[in-house]
Amino acid sequence: MAHAYTPGLKVAAKIVIEKTRKLPLLGQVLVKKGDKIPSNTIVAKTELPGKVYPINVAGQLGLGKANELIECMLKKEGDPVKAGEIVAMSKGFFGFFKSEYKAPIDGTITQISQITGQVIFNAAAIPVEIDAYVDGDVKDEIPSEGVIMRTEGVHIQGIIGLGGESYGNIMIVAKSPDQIVDISMINDTMKEKVIVCGSKITTEALTKAKNVGVAGVITGGFDYQDIKDILGHDLGVAITGHEDIGYTLILTEGFGTIPMADRTYKLLKKYEGFKASINGATQIRAGVMRPEIIITHNEPQEEKSLKNYAESGLEKGDQIRIIRSPYFGKLGKVISLPVELHKVESGTWVRVMTVDLDGKEVLIPRANVEVIEK
Amino acid sequence: MSNQEVQTIIATDCGSTTTKAILIEKVGNEYRQLVRGEAPTTVEAPFEDVTKGVLNAIMELEELATEYYKTDAAKESKFYNKPRVFVKNEQIIRKDPNDKNEDGCDIYISTSSAGGGLQMMVFGVVKGMTAESAQRAALGAGAIVMDVLAINDGRLPHEKIERIRALRPDMILIAGETDQAKPKHVIGMAELVKSARPTARLGIGFALPVIYAGNQRANDDIRTILEKDTALSLVPNLRPTLERENLRPASDKIHDLFMEHVMQQAPGYDKLMKWTDAPIMPTPGAVGLIINKIAVMQNKNVVGVDIGGATTDVFSTFKLEDRDGVVHQKFNRTVSANLGMSYSVSNVLLEAGLDNIMRWVPFDMDEQELRNRIGNKMIRPTTIPQSKEDLDIEQAIAREALRLSFIQHRSFAVGLKGIQQEKGISEAFDADSSNDSIVNMMKLDLLVGSGGVLSHAPLRSQSAHMLVDSFLPEGITQLAVDSIFMMPQLGVLSEVKAPGCDKAAMEVFDKDCLIYLAISICPVGHVKEGKPVVKIKADLPDGTKLNEWINANQLLRYDMPHDTEVEFEIEPASGFDVGEGKGKKVTRKLRGGVVGLVIDTRGRPFNITKDMKNRVEMLNKWDISKNYKPKSHKDGV
Repeated sequence: MAHAYTPGLKVAAKIVIEKTRKLPLLGQVLVKKGDKIPSNTIVAKTELPGKVYPINVAGQLGLGKANELIECMLKKEGDPVKAGEIVAMSKGFFGFFKSEYKAPIDGTITQISQITGQVIFNAAAIPVEIDAYVDGDVKDEIPSEGVIMRTEGVHIQGIIGLGGESYGNIMIVAKSPDQIVDISMINDTMKEKVIVCGSKITTEALTKAKNVGVAGVITGGFDYQDIKDILGHDLGVAITGHEDIGYTLILTEGFGTIPMADRTYKLLKKYEGFKASINGATQIRAGVMRPEIIITHNEPQEEKSLKNYAESGLEKGDQIRIIRSPYFGKLGKVISLPVELHKVESGTWVRVMTVDLDGKEVLIPRANVEVIEK
Repeated sequence: MSNQEVQTIIATDCGSTTTKAILIEKVGNEYRQLVRGEAPTTVEAPFEDVTKGVLNAIMELEELATEYYKTDAAKESKFYNKPRVFVKNEQIIRKDPNDKNEDGCDIYISTSSAGGGLQMMVFGVVKGMTAESAQRAALGAGAIVMDVLAINDGRLPHEKIERIRALRPDMILIAGETDQAKPKHVIGMAELVKSARPTARLGIGFALPVIYAGNQRANDDIRTILEKDTALSLVPNLRPTLERENLRPASDKIHDLFMEHVMQQAPGYDKLMKWTDAPIMPTPGAVGLIINKIAVMQNKNVVGVDIGGATTDVFSTFKLEDRDGVVHQKFNRTVSANLGMSYSVSNVLLEAGLDNIMRWVPFDMDEQELRNRIGNKMIRPTTIPQSKEDLDIEQAIAREALRLSFIQHRSFAVGLKGIQQEKGISEAFDADSSNDSIVNMMKLDLLVGSGGVLSHAPLRSQSAHMLVDSFLPEGITQLAVDSIFMMPQLGVLSEVKAPGCDKAAMEVFDKDCLIYLAISICPVGHVKEGKPVVKIKADLPDGTKLNEWINANQLLRYDMPHDTEVEFEIEPASGFDVGEGKGKKVTRKLRGGVVGLVIDTRGRPFNITKDMKNRVEMLNKWDISKNYKPKSHKDGV
């Protein structure tokens, strides 16, 4: 328990990043181990089964029994069909009053049921491709499933995002991490760029950014209730990534007006003009997934190696960020980590730490801070 | 396992985020839960091995148990001042008769909801009949039911197929038609499943487990359709006749397949399964077992609720008389998949609406600020309320999450549909035409709360207050909470066949798990401000003498422990009912709890004003924690 800490979001200037790129079904891998490829290279492809149309053809033909259907079928299981093609015809009455059934789609007949009289038509398969997502090397092939891509560069995790994967060159819009980006600051030069805001972007500015055609928006904060304006509905659970909003939105800090962490802002500023691979997909459940920003670069590492908080735990002097009111968003330094439980204002007995907050010593539940990982 | 009564039991619950371990030992003649350890669950990367978290939690248990056996409370024990050891060489060890230190345990068991628990889709022919029975079987086995598909669910066949493909469940349960029917629709459902070519959530390339529990006359056809493409199991029909449900075979098969297929795919579970002395059970399935067992043993009507971060489970066992006058105890479980206190907290706001949450907040607050705070709790789910203001907001949200979950439960917990003779066939096919819940609040004896916001509220009086506000008990009801959320472990323990296990589960449930909060008296009737509602006559153990009429719109609390029985005369005013009918007096011996006696004269149905000024005044007036002085840390100190 002495090691208890909440891992912070990763903000790394240069690390090795591996991304697994897998198909939803088994398919074909198109690249080889060791290939150096850009982010938009298709690495694997497959076909998803097409739409299925189960039709009660026995009923459509007016047959008394479902098992009479097989004699009326002009096609058999596995046969391709064209939309409008006659696929079944009843025998009629002395050869008269025949009724027929025409295929509803271009596709294949996959099943003819003599029990239910149902015929199942399958539309053509839907091709699915996945790309490399990051500029880098193919580290490994996963036979019939995909590849593991490897690259080196900046890796920043956001707290929540909307929209899936996207790429674009970084462009700084906010002059400082606490600046609110409004509509007057958005212009046509931002087309296909990943724009970086400060403590917030207004909904009007976001709408204009979308119309301009930005690839992505990175911001410190955003009002929770404005999500409804983007999605057309509220966000009930933080499982995102499939929204079709035309760009990717990543919040680095949380909901409200919250300055972007200084280190995050400085890193993004340093790599302005570089290509960023970004993904808003978030899953705050088991298998937690946070949105991410990856900037591939070959610059030498300036910092000493990262501290392994998982092994050492939090220690006196570590930098932390408070992630719950009444000091939400404030940065501080650990003064002490008392072992015994303390009672906080809400009346709860919890494990706490004392924190230096701009020269003031305050008691904070350990669960309410995150370590600022470097 | 020997034939001797077990002495040392270790039980773990591998949750999505935390693995909890408890140690139960025989102390003198009784079993007690002594210490509890926990550690982060290690199903996800970088560990991807659930057993690491299990061992970490048990090693914490070792440390705490060693500390416990140094205290005066353990002076008489053979383990006094000796280190306790349960793990060696990354293994949970069992007691060896030749080891004088008696290291290890006799029994190790576990439950699991890690990796999202057991996710199922169920199919039936008619939505309100066989599909509902299938849903009940899956829920009872501890599954999260992702969707219920039926012939009459209003969706077109291709929409159903899209749904099967999109959801990727762990398992599918197909039911439909009674055994007397000529097979047709159920075969159509099987054909739909086959056409969808469903794939399992875990393990690409593995055949999806499908359980068929429908019309037995269709078994051969079902085999022909599904055997090749799925891992098919056939079990007896879960609705063999309209009048009878037979859920057990389907539920048992779900448990077996959960172990054989789903758990085998989850990281580290192959190892964990070899360690346990009983099959690993889905966490909610185990909670349901213990609640049902208690209800049966004590012959009571019981409602249990477990409010978690992502979901809220509600369990109930109620006595139900069949058409022949025979009384059965019917168990129901529902899971409200997106009502919870952290991951799903924003969804509570969405489903309840801001006004409904604000009505429980005892101060005024900016709407945007409240929405941002709730949003931030969702994205940083492990944080805890530091300020009183934040705690009030969380408890307000909890009231709404509990209220909504209970509404869902009551509408699901109904008698079997389709057997009421007086109904027309069209009504029988209408899922919503019969909605008379068997969860009768006036007949409810015991309401048990569980989950962080209830079990870990700073004051037990706050837990009691939340239960009363959200469940609105009627008449006389005992309120309780699970002290540290050990019901899942006790549930699975109660099923272990080794001597002493069932006894251990029941004793620990009663002595250490359940904390009796209060006895609540809530007259049912429409209240008028200033008018009397009920007269209560009782001599409370602390010397307080009650003998007066209580007016409308009060929420009162008196000290009254659980260990002393007190004779009560409860006389409702005309138009009010406390269990025997309107205006009829009830005389009964009652026990309280750590919070005591709670009298609620706010009426049923209870309507709280949404007007801010009045609301704040009323909420402060009803704050039963104001004069609550906890007596020990167990009562909230």
